[in-house]
Amino acid sequence: MAVVETRKLSKRFSDEVMAVDAIDLRSTDGEFLVLLGPSGCGKTTLLRMIGGLEPPTSGEILIGDRLVNHLPPRARQIAMVFQSYALYPHMTVYNNIAFPLKAQKVDKAALKLKVDWAALILGIDGLLDRKPRQLSGGQRQRVALARALVREPNVFLLDEPLSNLDAQRRASARDELQQFQRDIGTTTIYVTHDQIEAMGMGDRIVVIEQGRIRQIGTPREIYEEPADTYVATFVGSPPMNLIPDGGDLVGFRPESFFPLDDDGRSSGDDLVRFTLTDAREEYLGSEKLVYGEVNGVKAVARMATNAPLSVRDGGSAPFGVHKQDLRIFDRESGLRRQLARAAQVEPAPVSGAPGR
Amino acid sequence: MATSTDSAPRRITAPVPSAAHAPIDETEGSGKYRARRIGGRVVLYAVATFFSLFAALPFAWMVLTVFKADSDLYRANNNPFIYNDPPTLANLDLLWNETNYRTFILNTFIVAMLVVLITVIIVVPAAYSLTRLAGRWGESLGILIFLVYLVPPTLLFIPLTGVVADLGLQNSRWSMVLVYPTFTIPFCTWLLMGFFKSVPWDIEEQAMIDGYTRLGAIWRTVLPVSVPGILTVVIFSFMLTMHEFVYALAFVQSSGNKTVSVGVFTELIRGDVYFWQALMAAAALVAFPVALLYNYFLDRFIAGFTLGAVKG
Ligand SMILES: Nc1ncnc2c1ncn2[C@@H]1O[C@H](COP(=O)(O)OP(=O)(O)O)[C@@H](O)[C@H]1O
Ligand SMILES: [Mg+2]
Repeated sequence: MAVVETRKLSKRFSDEVMAVDAIDLRSTDGEFLVLLGPSGCGKTTLLRMIGGLEPPTSGEILIGDRLVNHLPPRARQIAMVFQSYALYPHMTVYNNIAFPLKAQKVDKAALKLKVDWAALILGIDGLLDRKPRQLSGGQRQRVALARALVREPNVFLLDEPLSNLDAQRRASARDELQQFQRDIGTTTIYVTHDQIEAMGMGDRIVVIEQGRIRQIGTPREIYEEPADTYVATFVGSPPMNLIPDGGDLVGFRPESFFPLDDDGRSSGDDLVRFTLTDAREEYLGSEKLVYGEVNGVKAVARMATNAPLSVRDGGSAPFGVHKQDLRIFDRESGLRRQLARAAQVEPAPVSGAPGR
Repeated sequence: MATSTDSAPRRITAPVPSAAHAPIDETEGSGKYRARRIGGRVVLYAVATFFSLFAALPFAWMVLTVFKADSDLYRANNNPFIYNDPPTLANLDLLWNETNYRTFILNTFIVAMLVVLITVIIVVPAAYSLTRLAGRWGESLGILIFLVYLVPPTLLFIPLTGVVADLGLQNSRWSMVLVYPTFTIPFCTWLLMGFFKSVPWDIEEQAMIDGYTRLGAIWRTVLPVSVPGILTVVIFSFMLTMHEFVYALAFVQSSGNKTVSVGVFTELIRGDVYFWQALMAAAALVAFPVALLYNYFLDRFIAGFTLGAVKG
């Protein structure tokens, strides 16, 4: 087991492309750390630098508190699963899994034991004689994981390992992978652009944009206490509503944004009221979304399908948010104004909307 | 263009009435389809047969000629495609026992083997570095190297004669071993680059993660996956060497060091006398094994060329 750390780690491919920009990161031992960001933000490059496949432009990489910048990949005691799985097409599944052990000159009998053990854990013990091209996407993924597992590495590096699976397989594979990581307890760095994967699997999430870290935190922190408007809108679907108010942006999640019956609940003093204009409903089965505008800015509310709401298409309706659900951001920098729990903070007066 | 727009509306309207009488029309339809499919097959086989005969005719004629007696061959009124006089083995005997043909074959084989070896040893690392390590200049460099192949030997043999003479290799098989790689290497480097472009390079990186050095990773993953490409290189350099003529003619004079392409030419054309039957026999004896080999690897050749073309 080991801790992975990067210090001011940067990679510049050309004058224009700064793929990774001074990333400071430190995992804890045995952690499942997710790197989350849109395509092209530098996740793969960061992972490849940790793995030793890409030389950094500057900065340091430490694995188990040992500086590894100068070490080739084979000396870093890591296992990596590529997005493509990178199975050796000319070898059987057995030889694919045995390949890292042959590099370690493990003797034949011990090698077979280990391969069988890994194959059993991943449920591919019946496929050992096949070639990779005879496997389904899910089976390939397991072979790649088994090959990573036999090395008993200090760190797993996984680059979007589920992106080649169809939606149904992906949900169950996500579950299995997480269970698997919990069981073996090896520090894992997992790259994805899928926020659902990140939220569901990560002990902590590192949100990356254009090679920079925007926020590091548990899924709950990332979702509930986003550090800036980028994180607030990247995580969550639909994203957080952001309503301009002077020099501020007032943010709240669609599920915190609920309709008010005209007199009843509107009296509570922890309530901030808005008028949603040009409303439009979208039925999604278990829930529904109400799109509209607040102060001329698009906003959306999410509620149970059976929530009472009487608004014609294109009409207006009163909506409210509890004060503790408001997140205030600086309009210029996009940074969160108060990093303490918003509940303790005097809510900013929202001009225009509460006037009814 | 015009025909396709004409036929499009017809195709749309046709199925509508058939839907009403589905069972009957279906059987009728399948009969019609079968007839059309058989018709298509017939045309296909007719065309294939025609071109096969077209391609095979020179070979057939060549083999036919080998066994003809002079009296048969040189009479202008004779039908050239049948034996007017009884066939004879005398021509083969002439070729095999009264010329250095066996030596020529041996020389060709020795030279070709050495050239293939040199070519593979140089081309594999060259193509690897050009596709994998040279970045965005690799592609252009590869094309530049290929251009060298296009300079004709009729031009190059003059300066190369100087080189061969300086090294004291005139009239030696080694002159060919030295000179032939100058065209096999550029061509095969380009050819192998096409193959290497289709190698999934992440397996090399995966092998480096899995505990191997870069060389170990290349040896265990990249090369095994590239075997079809390397085989193509072997066969191509073998063939290019075998049918080379200009250098062989320029650099080698004594019969005992000649290869088939030049040896047969100089020994079986004496002044204005052409030993046609023996010439045909000499050509057929080397052409058939190569043709069979080529045929066996045809799919891989095509793969080799198109990989380079499509991925470029
Ligand atoms: N080998 C490379 N050469 C040049 N630019 C690259 C290279 N690899 C990645 N990049 C660029 O670096 C940026 C980050 O890429 P990558 O790390 O693959 O992003 P992600 O994995 O988050 O989608 C992209 O703009 C990409 O085009
Ligand atoms: Mg990526």
